[in-house]
Amino acid sequence: MKKKISELIASKYFSFFVTVILFAILYGVGIGMYKGFMKPQVFLNLFIDNAALIIVTIGITFTLLIGGIDLSVGAVLALTCMVLAWLLANTGISVFAAIALVLLMGTAFGAIQGYLIAKFDLQPFIITLAGMLFCRGMTAVISRETINITNPTFVAMADFRLSVGAGFVSMGVIIAIIALIVAAVVLGFTRFGRNIYALGGSESSASLMGLPVFKTKVSVYTISGFCSALGGIAYALMMLTGYNLHGMGMEMDAIASSVIGGTLLTGGVGFIPGALFGVLIQGVILTFISFQGTLSAWWTKIVVGALLCVFIIMQAFITEHKSKLTAKSSLEENS
Amino acid sequence: MAAALLEMRHIDKVFPGVKALSNVDFTLHAGEIHSLMGENGAGKSTLVKVLTGVYPKDGGTIHLNGKEIYPKTPKEAQEEGISTVYQEVNLCPNLTVAENIFIGREPRRFGFIDWKEVNRRSIELLKKLDVDIDVSKTLDNYPVAIQQMVAIARAVDVDAKILILDEPTSSLNEVETERLFRIVRQLQKQGMGIIFISHFLEQIYELCDHITILRNGELVGSYEVAKLPRLELIAKMVGKNLNDVKDMDKMAEKSVPSDEVFIETNHAASTGQIKDVSLQIHKGEVIGLAGLLGSGRTETAEMMFGLKEVTGGSLKINGKEEKLSNPMAAMKEKIAFCPEDRKLSGIIGDLTVRENIILALQAMDGMFTHIPYSKQVELADKFIDKLRIKVSDRDQLIKNLSGGNQQKVIIARWLATQPRFLILDEPTRGIDVGTKTEIQKMAVELAKNEGMSVAFISSEMDEMVRTCSKLVVMRDRKKVAELTGDQISSEGVMEAIAGGEK
Repeated sequence: MKKKISELIASKYFSFFVTVILFAILYGVGIGMYKGFMKPQVFLNLFIDNAALIIVTIGITFTLLIGGIDLSVGAVLALTCMVLAWLLANTGISVFAAIALVLLMGTAFGAIQGYLIAKFDLQPFIITLAGMLFCRGMTAVISRETINITNPTFVAMADFRLSVGAGFVSMGVIIAIIALIVAAVVLGFTRFGRNIYALGGSESSASLMGLPVFKTKVSVYTISGFCSALGGIAYALMMLTGYNLHGMGMEMDAIASSVIGGTLLTGGVGFIPGALFGVLIQGVILTFISFQGTLSAWWTKIVVGALLCVFIIMQAFITEHKSKLTAKSSLEENS
Repeated sequence: MAAALLEMRHIDKVFPGVKALSNVDFTLHAGEIHSLMGENGAGKSTLVKVLTGVYPKDGGTIHLNGKEIYPKTPKEAQEEGISTVYQEVNLCPNLTVAENIFIGREPRRFGFIDWKEVNRRSIELLKKLDVDIDVSKTLDNYPVAIQQMVAIARAVDVDAKILILDEPTSSLNEVETERLFRIVRQLQKQGMGIIFISHFLEQIYELCDHITILRNGELVGSYEVAKLPRLELIAKMVGKNLNDVKDMDKMAEKSVPSDEVFIETNHAASTGQIKDVSLQIHKGEVIGLAGLLGSGRTETAEMMFGLKEVTGGSLKINGKEEKLSNPMAAMKEKIAFCPEDRKLSGIIGDLTVRENIILALQAMDGMFTHIPYSKQVELADKFIDKLRIKVSDRDQLIKNLSGGNQQKVIIARWLATQPRFLILDEPTRGIDVGTKTEIQKMAVELAKNEGMSVAFISSEMDEMVRTCSKLVVMRDRKKVAELTGDQISSEGVMEAIAGGEK
């Protein structure tokens, strides 16, 4: 039994299990305290409210997996909303052309950041910080006021509801779910996905094993840029505006979600379902606060901060536990 | 003789300030196990890295099967059929064993990785190496020896024409080594060309057909193993003509040790590092630890400084059994250690000469004890003068000094703690001849005039022969001989390293 527990802790899915169990407990407590939690729609709302964050978290998880980071995601999201709103308000192009254009813009932006990071071996923290400031600035340059999206096709898309059992989900959720599935398959079952993990495990080893390090790095940041733009569309569907302060600090929420879901900031460990539950936990806490009624929404930040701290410490313990196990097995080998 | 599988001609490689390879030729035939020999820094690893595309070459040509190749990355080298197991395990600890074997060339079904097939084939491959482990666990669950076997499994599975093994046996025990040799011979029969690098002479003589020797980045020669006695091999590696060995002048006066023993070890061992070392170091004695790289000489020194745990046998200081669990404990016993790599573990480049000199003393006194500035100046000036350290002033940054002067500052740092036992690991590497002699003289004088015990480690045999009153020869992590008085000669050391063969 003791051995089983020890092996479970050493398993790479341990922090994921902890996250899922924690989510289940939180939700269970919610049901106990507030009747409202019982409604299926409350559960589905977690997805509806956080669709954009889920998508952005997917992208940032890719960069964290190679031991990098992408601070520009929130700003790219805001720029996407703004450009989309501006295009729909001031030009005659079709909604789909506008969406394709902003997706292309986000992807290209990610690719440029990735190229700079990989080519010149620069700090991703600094490059994407620069990217963040650039995009945030550009958003304000386009318009300092809110631009409302009134395009009928887009509004119809925003109003779209797909019924699921006793509830419904929005277009953003559908996009998020598709993105989740694609990302999980790419990471788990393609050579490209596994190269990402190898790169995160040890860049020099990956290079000596003959893996395409440069290409993988650029692709990862490109994906993150694409996800930010896709998240921007989901965000626009929810808000129906372009605004300079959209997605402020979202990069940090995304990093927090990913880490709570079991991603190691040092790279090489983490997976997509974990990132999803990381987002959902934040959602549950927010739901609690809104049901409670008197607490400020900022309490979410406090709880998430505490959780993050706990999870990082837990990860340190897991790492230590693992190296002890390895030391033990090498001693056995020698005796 | 059949046409060569691999021909490297006139290979040059320059690093800033160093010519790492100069006009080196290397030829490998199919079905041959070829050893690349040379002391540390001779250019073996550089040559391998040029071949595998890690470093670009600065001159020369590489032909594989008669066709010129230009590997620019490890990936391109692999595509040409050159597979490598590097000295340090180069795998990803966060991936499973199976994945480490197959990453980059995973079997796929409908474009997606077929995990069942990956695991099945990994188990099969490892079975051939007699390794039976759970391949779906991540690599960091396993000890280094297993990781090394996994790296080998990865390399042999590639459809390779050339297999390079760079020190593959350093973390394997005898049974595992035997297993590896069996596999290597099997691959040899299949017509693969194998480059085998090892510091274990016995293994070379057991396994290899040919030996190519490098020294200081230059080719010494290529020989058939059967026609090259060990003694000659060592002489070629260290760059001595056998006949000259006898005529070598000894340094006039060596230090005569007193009868008092300062430190002694009795069958001391350290798991995975040292097997069996018994030695006595007297007060006022300069003892040399000789042996090829990897023989355990540095590890023995580290053990006496508390960096390696004594897991077997005993260690006594002044006749009292001591457990040196960390360097601080050793420093309290007045032991000082100048490490092998001064850049990595010695100098702190952005501090001044004065600050570097007082560093060890400060560490001993505790972080919060202030050493008065006047005393710092006095100490610094004393040693700058005593060791003739060439500085413009005592507050010059140490990184701006030459290698030899940096080395002197480090020695000064330890002398400032007034040690009774000073360990110098490769104190003369990479510094000019004049300073070398000065450091050698200094070691002898410290023993003679101050009754200090000194342990001297060097790859240069002459230096040890000239300096030391006693030589402890190490091989395969064991003490194999102890030479004193007239026995101390390059020839004697070489014989001891080669294992008594004449």
